[in-house]
Amino acid sequence: MAVDAGAQFHVLAVDDSLMDRKLIERLLKTSSYQVTTVDSGSKALEFLGLREDHSPDHHEMEVNLVITDYCMPGMTGYDLLKKIKESSSLKDIPVVIMSSENVPSRINRCLEEGAEEFFLKPVQLSDVKRLRPHLLKGKSKDQQLQEEGKEVDSNTNAIISTSNNNNKSKKRKAMDEEIAPVRTRLRFSTGSLTIV
Amino acid sequence: MSLTSLREQLKVLIDSMFTEGLLDQQFQQLQMLQDESSPGFVAEVIMLFCEDSERILAELAKLLDQPVVDFQKVDACVHQLKGSSASVGAQNVKLVCMQFRQCCEENNKEGCLNALDMVRRQYFHLNNKFGTMLQLEQSIQAYESKQQN
Repeated sequence: MAVDAGAQFHVLAVDDSLMDRKLIERLLKTSSYQVTTVDSGSKALEFLGLREDHSPDHHEMEVNLVITDYCMPGMTGYDLLKKIKESSSLKDIPVVIMSSENVPSRINRCLEEGAEEFFLKPVQLSDVKRLRPHLLKGKSKDQQLQEEGKEVDSNTNAIISTSNNNNKSKKRKAMDEEIAPVRTRLRFSTGSLTIV
Repeated sequence: MSLTSLREQLKVLIDSMFTEGLLDQQFQQLQMLQDESSPGFVAEVIMLFCEDSERILAELAKLLDQPVVDFQKVDACVHQLKGSSASVGAQNVKLVCMQFRQCCEENNKEGCLNALDMVRRQYFHLNNKFGTMLQLEQSIQAYESKQQN
């Protein structure tokens, strides 16, 4: 599997303004993130939904963080945030909100709904640097599970041990460190699973 | 016209735009984001800003030409323009937009018409300078690629 070592994290950026999409894309690429941009909340959900159908081996297709504008026609950034947090498959994806308006009640609402950060526009390079810990958090959770020789059962979300796959999971951990972080939820082992 | 003189002209132009308040620190951010991997970034953003702005200005003229003005729609448009101008670092345009929004909140048609006039003038003044800037950049880039060959 050919993976660009620089494109470790995949960020989905949502903004109805073409200009702002260009800007956020450049900021994210400068920080070595792989970027997909869409112009609406519904397109974002479509993109995220589609990713779910793909085998998780396609690490480069996974979305590790969503950054969205607040003010958009149709589905607002807040609506999108809610939908992501309400989805059992998407809720662990960190979401960041951007807005050109500094409205404390709006900021609080978003943070309470589960947004990791709230950036005031125009977004700066220093803001984008604040994304890294949120992305690394998602990655380290997976690594912790792997180290314990455990995985999350896709149907029940229960943590199950994969004792007969210890070697494989160690290898995968080494690989994953270089390649891309894996979501904390669905994981399909190529070997057999021991359900405790 | 030598390469050095072109570069000097460009520097003088951009410096004057900062001094005049046409541009602010955000434009410097854009310049910093341009590099060998994206040499046309600033030009691209400028062009998108100009397209956006002219579309919005036309829309605003239409909205304010109605017998009964929908101030919410006007405000939404100005909000967009303010956002774009902030993103490109167009300080003066952004400032006029803020005044414009104030007039919208007061449902002040006269105020809005004056503000539209002001924002139009500020925008076209900036657009003019941007045009010169991009022309100079193009000439410089043409010179530089010729030198490499």
